[in-house]
Amino acid sequence: MKKILTSLALLGLVVAGTAAIAAEEAHNAAAPTHFPIDEPKEMDWSFTGPFGTYDKAQLQRGLKVYKEVCAACHSMNLVAFRTLEGLGYSEGQVKTLAAEYTIHDGPNDAGDMFDRPGKPSDYFPAPFANEQAAAASNGGAAPPDMSLLAKARGVERGFPRFVFDIFTQYAQGGPDYIHSLLTGYDETPPAGMVIPEGTHYNPYFLSGVSLKMPKPLSDGQVTYDDGAPQTVDQYSRDVSAFLMWAAEPHMEDRKKTGFRVLVFLLLFGALVYLTKRKVWEGVAH
Amino acid sequence: MSEGHSTYTPKTGIERWLDARMPLPRLIYDSFVSYPVPRNLNYAWTFGGILSIMLVSQILTGIVLAMHYTADTTLAFDSVEKIMRDVNSGWLLRYLHSNGASFFFVAVYIHIFRGLYYGSYKAPRELLWILGCIIYLLMMATGFMGYVLPWGQMSFWGATVITGFFSAIPLVGNWIQELLLGGFAVDNPTLNRFFALHYLLPFMIAGVVVLHVWALHVVGQSNPTGIEVKSKTDTVAFTPYATIKDAFGMIVFLFFFAYFVFYLPNYLGHPDNYTIADPLKTPAHIVPEWYFLPFYAILRAITFNIGPINSKLGGVLCMFGAIVMLFLVPWLDTSKVRSAVYRPWYKLFFWLFVADAVLLGWLGSQPAEGSYVFMAQMATLFYFAFFLVALPVLGLIETPRRLPNSITEAVLEKNKGGGHHPAGATAAPETKG
Amino acid sequence: MSATDTQDPNRRDFLYVATGMAAVVGAGAVAWPFIDQMRPDASTLALASVEVDVASLTPGMSLIVKWRGKPVVVRNRTEQEMKDGEAVNLAELKDPIARNANLPADAPATDANRTTPGKEAWMVMVQVCTHLGCIPLGQEGDFGGWFCPCHGSVYDTAGRIRQGPAPENMAVPVFKFISDTKILIG
Repeated sequence: MKKILTSLALLGLVVAGTAAIAAEEAHNAAAPTHFPIDEPKEMDWSFTGPFGTYDKAQLQRGLKVYKEVCAACHSMNLVAFRTLEGLGYSEGQVKTLAAEYTIHDGPNDAGDMFDRPGKPSDYFPAPFANEQAAAASNGGAAPPDMSLLAKARGVERGFPRFVFDIFTQYAQGGPDYIHSLLTGYDETPPAGMVIPEGTHYNPYFLSGVSLKMPKPLSDGQVTYDDGAPQTVDQYSRDVSAFLMWAAEPHMEDRKKTGFRVLVFLLLFGALVYLTKRKVWEGVAH
Repeated sequence: MSEGHSTYTPKTGIERWLDARMPLPRLIYDSFVSYPVPRNLNYAWTFGGILSIMLVSQILTGIVLAMHYTADTTLAFDSVEKIMRDVNSGWLLRYLHSNGASFFFVAVYIHIFRGLYYGSYKAPRELLWILGCIIYLLMMATGFMGYVLPWGQMSFWGATVITGFFSAIPLVGNWIQELLLGGFAVDNPTLNRFFALHYLLPFMIAGVVVLHVWALHVVGQSNPTGIEVKSKTDTVAFTPYATIKDAFGMIVFLFFFAYFVFYLPNYLGHPDNYTIADPLKTPAHIVPEWYFLPFYAILRAITFNIGPINSKLGGVLCMFGAIVMLFLVPWLDTSKVRSAVYRPWYKLFFWLFVADAVLLGWLGSQPAEGSYVFMAQMATLFYFAFFLVALPVLGLIETPRRLPNSITEAVLEKNKGGGHHPAGATAAPETKG
Repeated sequence: MSATDTQDPNRRDFLYVATGMAAVVGAGAVAWPFIDQMRPDASTLALASVEVDVASLTPGMSLIVKWRGKPVVVRNRTEQEMKDGEAVNLAELKDPIARNANLPADAPATDANRTTPGKEAWMVMVQVCTHLGCIPLGQEGDFGGWFCPCHGSVYDTAGRIRQGPAPENMAVPVFKFISDTKILIG
């Protein structure tokens, strides 16, 4: 056992050493080669850790931000209205909410397509008919679908943080990134940096110095009914939390089940260990 | 070991009837109840059992996932998401399967390193070792094709890169690549055949596992001392001794597995795979699943031409060569002594090799640029040197420590210091109820 | 481990029994998701209602809509069909239960109980033979109702089984008129 530990320590030294060398050469001036320029800020989310749960009021605010701001360009193809009951809405509220949308359906008996109000079984309608239309209306870059965005984005954590992440259960790289990106538009680029025409500088952007999406949120843009601050920071937090829910709607269930499973395995393991001791008692090994 | 004498005595009429026609109960009894195992096996030996559990778990979750999955490029991604969102317990089954693949590899790597440490591959266990290497190869093929099925960005580009290996083969390379893909790029035919093969291969693995266990039961387990079993006192019956120890090992392993499934289900995956495959856009860094990373690092380490072999073919050859090394281990190792416990120099090189493999894994996850490339080249050099230089040379020049005469002697020596066990414990343990 | 507990068979037995029971509980809990995943999923359950516009149906006409993957017939019955349906003596029926999901499970199979109050002309029914699942043909057979060509079951104008191997009346699904011309099934 001691030998294993010494070897692991040795290994750690080797890896840490190489990481340090690599980090040194990565730094550059106004022409960075590694993105994002700034790492996402780690926020406090209600859904972190083994007992984390979604803050339903926050999710409802996040949905409002999505509906009133993001949905103008971003689809959310995989999220059905019926699942919004997970945000704490009643069946009736979900029906009303779904009916606010117009769904293109058909063909009817005459063979025509028609529009009808949404039903809970429908999915959020996309703002553009297809990806080409989305790209054409947005300067050539189609805005990504938001259903899984919170799981599809994440900045690499690097050594040794990815080791600590196992113990701290860090699984909120997506929402951290989205929040940082949304609040990162106001920073000024370093002198000498070239920002391509039609793009917007954001030091938190994952794949370049700037992105096509202009700053989407401004203070007071969305009206909150529950007294939460109507600031860009709060909007960003809320919509990030909402997107985490959209990407992982069964998270609470997962963590709850997980706790039970681990407790069971602990107890069962203890029983099996005692049985093992009994069986091997008196047998030198 | 292979005494050939079955100790099974059918008790009831049904058992006698069955025994005369198809002696399955006898086979099970002889293989998993009375089968003698060395009494000094440590917990590193529980990984065989753990691997069988993982194989069963992967097959079961895989079959139920296939009930909901659609292997069509337009539907695959959404069908996986439907499993995650709508299918009852779907998220659990899918996370069990995706993390199960990783933990299958965790267990197999520990199993392989255990074999290397204790010299389990040495005569007469060469065939047992080679069958294990074949299982490992099949696992890699299965894992790779399974990763393509969700049809995310990493699925697509991983498949593109890995099938690209074959295009490095001179003359027929492109033809082979097109044969594998069923087209000029990864597309619907590729996804369909990968699904069919991903469903088939686990059953082939199960078949080779049967051979692996068969070979094991002919030659018997190796053990931490590396000394062959000499008398009955060296062994205990598989049941209850090994079964209960394996059970405890499994539960501890499942605890770590469950921790990832329920709390960090996406930790071992890549965020890009939650974006649907786009044949027109490559992700910034294509990274394979973590269990392929050391080999990926070796592939990328060859940045130079070696004589007539260009760097592309050289990389592919080195990568496959790295796996071929494992097959050759029984003949590369010249030592008369099996276990690293009695081989001070081999022990040191073994742990350096473990560190090297982990370092290669980490380098495989980093971009192939700057000092990473040089480090990967050095680590690759050490990887091959371990097999081609250290294993043959150490066996010739190393002076092993004194070996005990038997397993029983080793056990008694070990226990002298602790004094936990009564002196009478040497009495044949198999007499215990 | 002290020497005393090896001599106590009760504790030893208890340990084995407890471990064995924990193993059984664990196995059961593991089996559940594998069974659970077979049930209809959330999206399937969500599609469990359809709206039908019946404005164009004059008496004697019917239309068929798909509901939960099965055909549901909506028939505007003629005066004659309703009269035939009402005239049946319940004692003659092979299945005296209404099989109407809108009514209690033991409601008798009167013509009225096969329809909805105030809209007795309208038959809304899963047009699937209760024998082995074929689709009966409408307005055929000796009772002027439905006739199943697969195994010869004959239903009357209220969809009640009268002859042949089928055991039950055809099922009336949950439905309601949300306006005079619109029916919500499910």
